[in-house]
Amino acid sequence: MYSQALDQRDESPRGVDDAARLARFDERVAAEDKIEPNDWMPAAYRKTLIRQISQHAHSEIIGMQPEGNWLTRAPSLRRKAVLLAKVQDEAGHGLYLYAAAETLGITREELVDQLLTGKAKYSSIFNYPTLTWADMGAIGWLVDGAAIMNQVPICRCSYGPYARAMVRICKEESFHQRQGFEIMLTLSRGTDEQKAMAQDALDRWWWPSLMMFGPHDASSVHGEQSMTWKIKRFSNDELRQKFVDATVPQADFLGLRVPDDELRYDAGSGHYVFGEPDWDEFAAVLRGEGPCNEQRMAHRRRAHDDGAWVREAAEAHAAKHKAAVA
Amino acid sequence: MVSATSELLPLADGCLILSHRLSEWMSNAPTMEEDIALGNIALDLLGQARGLLQVIGDETGVTEDELAYFREPQEFRNPLICELPNGDFAFTMARQLFVDIWLAHVWSELAATASDEQVRGVAEKAIKENAYHRRHSSSWVVRLGDGTDESRRRMETATEALWPYRGEIADDRWYDAVDAALTEATLTMPPRDAWTQRSSLDGWHTEHLGYLLAEMQSLARAHPGATW
Ligand SMILES: [Fe+2]
Ligand SMILES: [Fe+2]
Repeated sequence: MYSQALDQRDESPRGVDDAARLARFDERVAAEDKIEPNDWMPAAYRKTLIRQISQHAHSEIIGMQPEGNWLTRAPSLRRKAVLLAKVQDEAGHGLYLYAAAETLGITREELVDQLLTGKAKYSSIFNYPTLTWADMGAIGWLVDGAAIMNQVPICRCSYGPYARAMVRICKEESFHQRQGFEIMLTLSRGTDEQKAMAQDALDRWWWPSLMMFGPHDASSVHGEQSMTWKIKRFSNDELRQKFVDATVPQADFLGLRVPDDELRYDAGSGHYVFGEPDWDEFAAVLRGEGPCNEQRMAHRRRAHDDGAWVREAAEAHAAKHKAAVA
Repeated sequence: MVSATSELLPLADGCLILSHRLSEWMSNAPTMEEDIALGNIALDLLGQARGLLQVIGDETGVTEDELAYFREPQEFRNPLICELPNGDFAFTMARQLFVDIWLAHVWSELAATASDEQVRGVAEKAIKENAYHRRHSSSWVVRLGDGTDESRRRMETATEALWPYRGEIADDRWYDAVDAALTEATLTMPPRDAWTQRSSLDGWHTEHLGYLLAEMQSLARAHPGATW
C-alpha cells in the first residue's frame, strides 16, 4: 500500500547532466515512453524514484504490523485466512518494490538500513494503533482505498519497473479494499456492539486516511517536477477529493457517519465539500510523535536483529556448499 | 460449550494450532522471504484444518467456527508439539520438519483409505502442499545445522527440546525420515527409545494451549452468536 504523498524538494536536474541526453530523456517522458534501468536518466530523477519507491516498500513492510496485530484474534477461520493472506501480500509488495528500487543501483540491504536507522520514512498511517477488529475493516476499506487512489496513477509512471510492480500491487490492493469494505458491511449489519465497533473505527481512521494524500498543493514543497517526469499524475488535493467523493457514498451505504461536521454534497460541482484535517497532528506524527512510531520501529529492529544469526547461517551454508562444489 | 469426537480431530486440530503458531511469525521472520513462506504454510495448514473441521462439524451438527472458537482446551486433540511456543527460528523449523514428516504420512494414508470423498479431497490437496512445506523446513534444518557454530548450537538445542514431544507423531517411518534429514544437516538424531511426553488423546495438554486459545477465542467469545 501506501505511498503517502511524499513531498520533498528535488535537486535541479540541470546540473552536470549532458544537455542533449537530458533533452532526449525529456522527450521520451513527454511521449509516454517507458524509461528502463539501463537507459540514461538524470541523477535527480533516479534519486527521486529511489526515495519514493523505497518509502513505499518500507510502508508495505511496516504495514504488516498493525494488521498482524489481529491475526491471532480473528473472530472466524475464514477471516483469519483472509487476513493472513493480506498481511502476506503486503510482504510480497515490499519485496517487489525493493526489487524495483534495486534496478536503480542501490541494494535492498542499504534501503533496509535506511529504514532501521530512521533515515528513510514510511507512511504515517501505520503509526496509528489497531484497537479493535473493526480496524481490519477500516484499514482495508479506507487505507487500502486511499493507497489505490494514490497508486493507480503510478501504474503509468514513466519508470518501467516501478509501473509494472504497481500494476500487480494495485490488483491486490483493490482486493484488500473490497475485503475491508465487506468486514465493515458485516459489522454494520450485525449486533449493536458490532455497529458501534465499526463506527468507532471509522471515527479513528477517517482523518488519518485523508492525511495519506499529503499536505495541500499550496503548501506542498514538490510535486511539480514529479508531474513533469510523470512519476506523479495528480496533485495531492485532487487525489484527496477523488477519495472523499468515492468513499462518502460507501459510508452512507454502511449506515455509518463520517466524522466531519462540515461534510456536504455540493450539487453544483458534483463534489463533496469537507473539513480540514488536523495538520498539526500530521506534522507531529511525521516528526515521530505518533501513537506507535516507536513501537513500529522497535518491532522492525528487533525482528531484524533476531534474524541476523539466521541470515548469517544461510550465507555460511551457501559459502560452504559452493566451496565444496568448486 | 461445543464438543466433538472424531478420528480426524488430532489432524484437524494439529493443523489449526500449528497454523496459529506460524501466523505469530508474520512481521517477525528473519527475512521478508520467510515472512511470505511462513505465511504461505500457515495458510495451507489453516485451509487443511478448515476442510476437516467442516467435515467433523457436519457430522456433529456444528460449524467450523464453533469447533475452533467454542471448545475448551481439553477438547482439543492436536499433538502437543503443535502448541509449543515458537521459540527461535531453529525451534520453529525443527518442529515444522517433525510435523511435516508426520503429516506427509498421515495425508497419504488418508488419501488412500478415507471413505469420505470430501476428506480424500482435503488429503489430496494437502499432499501437494505438504511436499513444499517439507522441502522448506528440511532445507532450513540443513542450512542451520550446517551453517555457523551458533546456528548449529541452536538447532541442537531445538532438536533436544522437541524430542520428548515426538511421541504422538513418531513411528518407524518417521524416525527414518527424521534421521535422514538430521544426518544431512550434520546433526545426530537423539535416541529413539528416549522418554516421551504423554499424548493429548485424553485431553492432556501443555500449559501453553490455554493461553493460545484464550487469545484466539477472545473476540469470538465476547460476541457469542455474532456473524463476522
Ligand atoms: Fe500493499
Ligand atoms: Fe494492502
